[in-house]
Amino acid sequence: MIRFTHVFKEFARTGLALQDVSFHVGKGEFVFLTGPSGAGKSTVLKLIFLEERPTKGEVKVSGVSSVTIRGRDVPKLRRKMGVVFQDFRLLEDRTVEANIAFALEVTGTAPAAIGPKVSRLLSQVGLASKATSLPRELSGGEQQRVAIARALSNDPVVLIADEPTGNLDERATRGIFQLLRDINASGTAVIMATHDLELIRRAECRTIEMNHGTIVFDSAEQAGGAMRAEDDS
Amino acid sequence: MRLAWREALLAFRRAPVLSVLSVTTIAFSLFAFGLFGLVALNIRHQLNQLEDRVEIRAFVVDGTNAEATSAALGDIAAFPEVATAKLVTPEEALKRARQELGEFSDVFEAGILPASIDVKLKPGFNDPATVSAVAGRIKNYDFIDDVRFGEEWVQKLYRIRNIATLAGAVLGLTFAGVAVIIIGSTIRMAVLARSREISIMRVVGATDGFIRSPFLIEGLLKGTLGGLLALLLTYFANSLIGKFVFTAEFFDAKYAVAGVAAGALIGLLGSAFSVGRHLKEV
Repeated sequence: MIRFTHVFKEFARTGLALQDVSFHVGKGEFVFLTGPSGAGKSTVLKLIFLEERPTKGEVKVSGVSSVTIRGRDVPKLRRKMGVVFQDFRLLEDRTVEANIAFALEVTGTAPAAIGPKVSRLLSQVGLASKATSLPRELSGGEQQRVAIARALSNDPVVLIADEPTGNLDERATRGIFQLLRDINASGTAVIMATHDLELIRRAECRTIEMNHGTIVFDSAEQAGGAMRAEDDS
Repeated sequence: MRLAWREALLAFRRAPVLSVLSVTTIAFSLFAFGLFGLVALNIRHQLNQLEDRVEIRAFVVDGTNAEATSAALGDIAAFPEVATAKLVTPEEALKRARQELGEFSDVFEAGILPASIDVKLKPGFNDPATVSAVAGRIKNYDFIDDVRFGEEWVQKLYRIRNIATLAGAVLGLTFAGVAVIIIGSTIRMAVLARSREISIMRVVGATDGFIRSPFLIEGLLKGTLGGLLALLLTYFANSLIGKFVFTAEFFDAKYAVAGVAAGALIGLLGSAFSVGRHLKEV
C-alpha cells in the first residue's frame, strides 16, 4: 500500500535527509518508525503524506505515484490518510466537536451526516462526554485523542502518527497507543514515528529504524531473512 | 461556499483587534489616496474653469456688411472644434471694456472699439496647436483685421495642465502603490495569524481553492469596509476644508463607488496574493 523505492530527499538548506530508502508497508500493518532526532523519520512521513516530494526515487501510496501525481490531486490522496502530530494541532478557539466537524466540512461531507459522524468518532476515542469542551480544557492525552478522531474522520486507509506520544506522560502514552492498536485492529494501517523504545519493545510490532537518512534496521526484513534461513536449512 | 462565508465572518469575531486594525489600515491608506484625489480633482476643476476662458477674438474690419459677417459667423460656428461663435458689436465691446477696464469708463463713443467675432472652443480643443489653427482659419476671411487669443497665456496654461497631469499620475500611482503594499502587509499578517488553520485544512485534504476562498471573502469584506470608511473620512475632511478654508469639489457618485470598489479589489487581490504565497511556502 505504501512503497518507497530508492528514495532520496535533499533540502536546499539542510542537505541530504534521506538516502536510498526503500521499504513497503502492506494493508493493515502497524509499523514503528524509530531512530534518533534528525534520522529522517519525519521526512519519511512527509513524503508519504506528499507534503514533500522525493528528490529521486518514487513513493507510492494506494497505487498513486509521487512521480506522476498532479498537484491538484494531492488533496484527494490526503483524504485517504489520517495524520496526527506531537503538538496535536487543534483549533484552540473551537470546541472538540467543532474541531472534528471542521475536518468533515472542508472535505465536503454532507451537513446532515456531520453530527452523527462526530458523535461516533468521539465515542470511538472515548471522549463522548467532552464534545463541547475547548482543547485547553483537556489533558494532553485527551487532546491527542481529539486529533486522532479528526484524523479518522475521512475513514483513512492509513494513519500517520508523528511522535503522537512525545508530549504525554506514561499513562496517557499507553492509552493513546492502545487506541492506535484498536484502530489498526479494525483494518487501518498505522505508521507511528517514536523515540519510545520501551513502547516498541513491549508492542512487538514491525519496527523500521533509521539513522543519518537511511534504514539501518527493518524487523520485517530480519524476520523474512530468518524465515528464509530456516527454509534453506 | 456557505462554509467559506462562515469562516470569513468567524475570522472577524475570532480576531476582532486584528480585523479592526486591518480595516483601519486599509481605510487610512485609501484616505491618503482619497485626499490626494481630492486635491487632483480640484486642481483639474480649476484648470478646466481657466480653459473655459480660452477665447479667440477676431476683429472685424470697420464697415464690413452685416450679411458677410453673419455668413462667416455661421461657417465658424460649424467648425468641429468650435462650441460657440458670437458677434460682438462695437457698443457691446465698449460695455464689456468698461466693465473690465476702468480707463474706458469715461469713453462715451462706441466707435473707438471694433466689432469682433468671439469664439469659444469645445472642451478638449483648448491646446495651443488647435487654438492657433482655428485662429489661422478665421484670419483667412478678408474682413477679419486681426485675431487674438492670448497665445502666450494659452501655452502657459497648457504647460501647467501637462505638469499637473504628469505630477498627478506619478503621485497617484505612488500613493496607490503605497496603499497596496500597506494593505497587502496587513492582509499577510491576518493570513499568518491563521497559518495553523491553513495547515490543518491541508492535513485533512482541503483543496487550495477551498483554503483560499474564506481569505478572499475576508479580504473583499475588509477592503470594502476600509473603502467605505475612507470615503467617509474623505467626505469629513472635505466638509472641514469647506467650512474653514474654501469650498472644494467632492467626488461625484461614480468616483465614490470607484473608490470603494478599488478598496474591495485591493483587499481581494491582497488576500489572493498573500494566501497564495503562504500556500506555496508551507
